[in-house]
Amino acid sequence: MAEFSLPANSKINSGGKQWKAEAGANKVKRFQVYRWNPDDGKNPQIDTYEVDLEECGPMVLDALIKIKNEIDPTLTFRRSCREGICGSCAMNIDGANTLACTMGIDEVKGDVKVYPLPHMPVVKDLVPDLTNFYAQYASIQPWMQTETPTPSDRERLQSRDDRAKIDGLYECILCACCSTSCPSYWWNGDRYLGPAVLLQAYRWVIDSRDENTGERLDDLEDPFKLYRCHTIMNCAKACPKGLNPAKAIGELKKMMVERKL
Amino acid sequence: MADVQRPLSPHLQVYRWQITNTLSILHRLTGVGLGIGTIALTWWLVAAAAGPDYYAMVVDWLTSWLGRLVMLGFTWALFYHLCNGIRHLFWDAGRGFELDTVNRTGWAVVVLSVVLTLVAWIAAYSM
Repeated sequence: MAEFSLPANSKINSGGKQWKAEAGANKVKRFQVYRWNPDDGKNPQIDTYEVDLEECGPMVLDALIKIKNEIDPTLTFRRSCREGICGSCAMNIDGANTLACTMGIDEVKGDVKVYPLPHMPVVKDLVPDLTNFYAQYASIQPWMQTETPTPSDRERLQSRDDRAKIDGLYECILCACCSTSCPSYWWNGDRYLGPAVLLQAYRWVIDSRDENTGERLDDLEDPFKLYRCHTIMNCAKACPKGLNPAKAIGELKKMMVERKL
Repeated sequence: MADVQRPLSPHLQVYRWQITNTLSILHRLTGVGLGIGTIALTWWLVAAAAGPDYYAMVVDWLTSWLGRLVMLGFTWALFYHLCNGIRHLFWDAGRGFELDTVNRTGWAVVVLSVVLTLVAWIAAYSM
């Protein structure tokens, strides 16, 4: 049964720290950031940082890095490529999941609220524990599986049309924005694979070079793994790469029916 | 590490309501509402079989302002669930997943369900 409220240890305490901007700052924006420290035994809280945008890059990630460098070095978050390729800085900004590095500060009206990806165990501050997410990814065996012997003189070739079938799928960076935007994944994330992993599953099912399609579909034919998708469509709304996991899941469901006809 | 009780990050509490999940939960709620409404409909039919006095009592209740309000809600739930159900049929056929389409068909379902409800009630009152 879905638990709609937060457990006692996860409720947000009031009275987070306030960090004022320096005197003379002209263009102040306030960032309200979720904080949780595993070492102090306290519940999570919201700290507020005032940042002078005249002294800051344009993206939310620029502001977070500035906060960490210049205001509060204890702030913890993941980041790497700062250009929407690695998926590390996925978080909940202004009420929706996205990458901090591709989200402009000027896209947010009012204070910028920053939380970790929703309904995940928190390691510290904005860092969620993605262990289950990665284990689910591993469970769909995301590599090419073949029965026929490898051609000795060339790669396994694909027609242009077959290659086009994995467009809109291979671009996924596994940032988990979609899966953690999905209410179904919130309530059943232990057994439902979620949009990101199902999109990846479809990516291998539809690859003309993969020869294990039947077994892959058999493995997904499960009331929870696949069919907890109720076409809510939050996933497609959240994807920072503009992909459509719901469509990929729809194709999987269609294949499940078609192969029985 | 193992003895640290990790908090669960906020979800419903912080996620901005999207048209997508709003219409989805409405689909489920109207489905539940229709189930309960069908019991009420059965009650009305049973009342008709139970004799004129009991039937008169049930009709009194159903045509009171509260009864009418509930029936108005039931009518809207029926049309909303029907229209959005058709949207689900298209999705099951693999169509209409593009985000623009989802937004457009979503709003269309909202508007259409209200229009159909009004049409049904205007028709009922002018009979």
